[in-house]
Amino acid sequence: MNELFDKVKKNLIWKSVFRRDYRNTVRDRALAIFGNVFLHLHPVKVRESAVKLRYTWGMGGITFFAFIILTITGIVLMFYYHPTVNLAYEDMKDLEFQVPYGVISRNLHRWAAHFMVIVVMIHMFRVFMTGSYKAPRQFNWGIGVILLVLTFLLSFTGYLLPWDQLGFWAITVGTNMGAATPLLGYQGPFSEYLHITPYNDVRFALLGGATVAGNALLRSYIWHCIAIPVIALILMVVHFWRVRKDGGISRPQSN
Amino acid sequence: MNPFIKIITQPDNIAIVIMIFMVSFFMVWAFQQALRNDKLRLTGYAVEGELDNDVDTYKPLVRIEMIISLVVMVGLTIWSVWVDAPLEEIANPTITPNPAKAPWYFLGLQELLVYFDPWLAGVVLPTLIIVGLLAIPYIDINPKGNGYYTFSERKYAILTFSFGFFILWLLLIVIGVFFRGPGWLWYWPWQEWDTQRVVFEPTRDLSSMIGIDSRSWGGFIVGMVVVCGYFVAGMVAPYKYFKKKCPEFLEQLGMTRYLITAFLFVTMMSIPIKMVLRLVFLVKYIWIIWFVPGGLNF
Repeated sequence: MNELFDKVKKNLIWKSVFRRDYRNTVRDRALAIFGNVFLHLHPVKVRESAVKLRYTWGMGGITFFAFIILTITGIVLMFYYHPTVNLAYEDMKDLEFQVPYGVISRNLHRWAAHFMVIVVMIHMFRVFMTGSYKAPRQFNWGIGVILLVLTFLLSFTGYLLPWDQLGFWAITVGTNMGAATPLLGYQGPFSEYLHITPYNDVRFALLGGATVAGNALLRSYIWHCIAIPVIALILMVVHFWRVRKDGGISRPQSN
Repeated sequence: MNPFIKIITQPDNIAIVIMIFMVSFFMVWAFQQALRNDKLRLTGYAVEGELDNDVDTYKPLVRIEMIISLVVMVGLTIWSVWVDAPLEEIANPTITPNPAKAPWYFLGLQELLVYFDPWLAGVVLPTLIIVGLLAIPYIDINPKGNGYYTFSERKYAILTFSFGFFILWLLLIVIGVFFRGPGWLWYWPWQEWDTQRVVFEPTRDLSSMIGIDSRSWGGFIVGMVVVCGYFVAGMVAPYKYFKKKCPEFLEQLGMTRYLITAFLFVTMMSIPIKMVLRLVFLVKYIWIIWFVPGGLNF
């Protein structure tokens, strides 16, 4: 058995992928982190308290993990989905009855989305309770608040895509709020001064029309699958980078 | 089937049941750690994390991340095998469901529509919530409690945040999901939903309670005095109090920071106040600015 392992590890292909051996030395434990493109988000050494589950509850990491699950299942679902009024609902039925593992892909996507919203809220609560927004982490708290809002918007834009009664009316109720925007919504105060009508107000811009119809579906789809994920990803990069630049997970200043 | 069982086992609502359990669990855990740390501080010991050393990331941290990922993945898989994502009839603009509910995380805002006009509940208040959250690190100048759970060192901050988080946000979501039925009427869990039910609630405006038409200049002035008076009093009274009790705190805080903090706090407290006025005294509007096109009513 050991011989086999040796053979595999001395193999040219293995060496080209992993670059070096791992021995349990200080140097190799460090190299395991910064020699790996994925792991090197981490510092090589962290404080003991940063590893303790009862301090961070792992909530930020779980949120990111939920985002990864959502990206993967989302891509799977995109293969079977047309963002058009005629086909969207049919595609849902196809996922249910025709596509292999279609049901579980959709279930995973939906429940992971709900889960991500819950977890991101608890993450914010933890960060508040440990005072981790205090200097020098004020700016990163701000990035986090924006990411929280983006999480809601991601979930909200996805709600319409099945094109069923649930999503259709939830989006109708939600975007009707846009019509009430002061100055810029046709039902909002002061909007008369700007000659705002149902055909040029905020709601129209959100829906691409005066009612929830084909354009709204396309806009939801693009916001949901491309625009918001890209923005969220950029902000996540900043968020994680700032965690490290601000000195890692917060901990008490030693007096 | 029992209406309560029916509503909590709706596929999307299972998420909210999970949320209630998770949030309660972490709330207890956070306050438990906070109180323990407070006790440690009081007796002169170091709080958790104060004296700890560095450890390697590989493997202690990588290992724990791996385990959590697996647990989450297994949990979500079980959830997904067990419960199917809902799919209703195809979208039909001519059939409006009753009640038409927004996604659950926005139901707190939808609940506010009972008490405020859409321009406030749906646009201005959410904007102020986001602005307020962004402002927290800049208006909280208390240097204590950075990096550990504590309650006694940041009582005011924690109580204010907890009130907003648990009551004004999560409780309103739970109410919106479980206690609001057709016509957005209140239904107890044991009550069957009834689309025919009508509740006659003769709401009135504040000034008409003292016999002044709320859509007259007199009503306008009464409303203005009450609303502006509330904001001015709410912002001046604490100032006077701090000036007398701890002027050095005000000095440190500075006028700009004080005004922003006080404004945000008074605005937040206006929500429960308006809820009580509406639910107990059936007050619809406090101040109607009737001459603004589109209506600017508080």
